[in-house]
Amino acid sequence: MEHLFTQAFLTALILGALTAGIPLLLAGLGEQISEQAGVLNIGIEGMMLSGAYLGFLVAYRTGSIWLGFGGGALGGMLVAAVMVLLCVRLGLSQIVIGIALTIGAEGMTALLHQFQFSQSYPRLPGVATLPIPGLSDIPVIGPALFNRPAIVYIAVALVFVLAALYRFTNLGLNLKAAGDKPAALDAAGVDVVRTRAVAVLSTGILAGIGGAFLADVGAGLFIPFMTNGAGFIGIVLAMLARGRPLYVLLGALLFGACLSMTTALQVAGVDIPTDVIQMLPFAAVMAVLIAFGRRASLPAALGLPYVRGAR
Amino acid sequence: MSAEAGVEAARPAHAAPTGVAAWSRWLRPVLLSLGPILATLLFSGALLLAFGVSPIDYYQAVLHRGIVSPSGLQEVLTRMAPLLLVAASLTVAFRAGIWNLGGDGQFLLAAVVVAATAPLLVTHMPDWLALALCMALAAGVGALWSLVPALLRAYQGVNEIITTLMMTFLGVSFANVLVKLVFLDPATTVPQTRTLPVDDRLPHLFDTRISSGLVVGLVAVILVHLVMTRTAFGLRLRVVGANARAAMHAGLPVPRLTVAVFALSAALAGLAGAVEILGVEGNVRADWNPAFSLTVVPLVFLARFNGYATILFVFLFSVLSIGGESAARLTGVPNFFTLVLVAILLLLLAVAEYADHRHRERTRA
Repeated sequence: MEHLFTQAFLTALILGALTAGIPLLLAGLGEQISEQAGVLNIGIEGMMLSGAYLGFLVAYRTGSIWLGFGGGALGGMLVAAVMVLLCVRLGLSQIVIGIALTIGAEGMTALLHQFQFSQSYPRLPGVATLPIPGLSDIPVIGPALFNRPAIVYIAVALVFVLAALYRFTNLGLNLKAAGDKPAALDAAGVDVVRTRAVAVLSTGILAGIGGAFLADVGAGLFIPFMTNGAGFIGIVLAMLARGRPLYVLLGALLFGACLSMTTALQVAGVDIPTDVIQMLPFAAVMAVLIAFGRRASLPAALGLPYVRGAR
Repeated sequence: MSAEAGVEAARPAHAAPTGVAAWSRWLRPVLLSLGPILATLLFSGALLLAFGVSPIDYYQAVLHRGIVSPSGLQEVLTRMAPLLLVAASLTVAFRAGIWNLGGDGQFLLAAVVVAATAPLLVTHMPDWLALALCMALAAGVGALWSLVPALLRAYQGVNEIITTLMMTFLGVSFANVLVKLVFLDPATTVPQTRTLPVDDRLPHLFDTRISSGLVVGLVAVILVHLVMTRTAFGLRLRVVGANARAAMHAGLPVPRLTVAVFALSAALAGLAGAVEILGVEGNVRADWNPAFSLTVVPLVFLARFNGYATILFVFLFSVLSIGGESAARLTGVPNFFTLVLVAILLLLLAVAEYADHRHRERTRA
């Protein structure tokens, strides 16, 4: 068993946790914004896929990873814009529209991919990393944590930016009010629909970048249905975190570590079926819920469209 | 048609409301579903043209396979069986205000357990008994898989969206582990369970190829509809769903009812798994997951939890998915297009319902 904890294994594990965790982190942070504002965003899986496709397409055509992330943000935002129009503006069922958008994005991206790339399956070159001077020389964790593509640092920094936003700014307060007591926000003279629209569009941007990360950094290519439930894990992370971005980060790393454990164990020469390891993060969350099951403090108006004057 | 109009005109004035009632009862729903369907055909037709495929050819193929050709229609009706059971499962939960999003895990685990036991049982007892036992077993497995979310929700107030989603991810992986490691058929190279011989499966209806699972599905949807709308038990559940706190004050045993709803809903999802295995698949291959639950959720919502409307929507969806597969092969459009078609239809159905709602509010005001 001692060969399990070699340097190579640990580096592979931490690296994998980060690579698999960043898309989940971005999805979870994005979903959190929507949920804070009272929109249960089930379309996030579709937003991620759309971001993954456009993110790959742009990165492949332009050769620029940053433009690729821009494309991902745009892809996520396109899907989010439909959701804003139908769920926030018109107040249609968030469940129906969310699932429809996910199904539609799955089909559309797979179709477009098939028409464009099914013969060639092009790959992107590896992404350049940005070593942080000094820190990246630490043994084991240095290369895994501090020699990553710049987007990884940005995603982690976003956790603290969002935490500050919720805590110290008017916008953060407005978002929470839109989720907890939209009528009060309306009475205070703030447009509930606009606040929620901003929230859902931000979700689209973050989820789209998360999808683009999956395609451009993680896999190096676009595969139909490649998000494979990452958006739903994002929903769960956001709900478990109860409005605290730091918890989303912790959860994303836990899930990422478990998802990448298979590869790391293969590096160490241990052969365990993938499915067993894939059960780990879910089993862990269930165990935590059973042990510390408390009442979830979800926003009171979560999932309810806001209609002015309705009771 | 003209004779009817004549009768309508000949009626005395006080009978006029019947005409209005008939309009709102039958014609409006028909228009409300036909309108979005036509609009969907237009939208996706434009998409097909953009892909360089004739929409006429595509729709013709969908219609031919989905409705006109007997073998296609029989396939559609067979596909409806598990979808209807999943719909019944979701309806029970949603009407009682419980978000059971774990249907896929409950479905898949029940399917795996049934696939593992059915080939053994049929060698020891008459088919009808084996099939009945398997269905009961599937219902039990489904219900068991929802037990933890049910107890957490009922007694700890833990949000069931999280727990059921967790259990569904867990269940899908666990089902794979079972197929690959425990219930493996040693005679095959690809990991899958033993195959139930065709003769021992659910009987076909009459002389067709339609699985009798369809009857199980129809009965389940209608029974659920009647129980939820016509019985005291259903009323209690709906009260819990509408306002759990009020239900508590009215003296209803909310935690116990919550557990009952979970058990019922998950048992129906498990039954769907049994019907699919015993009627269609015969075995479970590794990584098989049709993920019916996710696609049925919007259908059930659009039907506003009404059983009869659910049957229509499930039929429409089955026609699209079976017909779409065939149309994809014939016209060279990848099968993914069916997903786009379904998505556009769902969006437009939701928009139509919204427009109707607004219209009614305005006419009332």
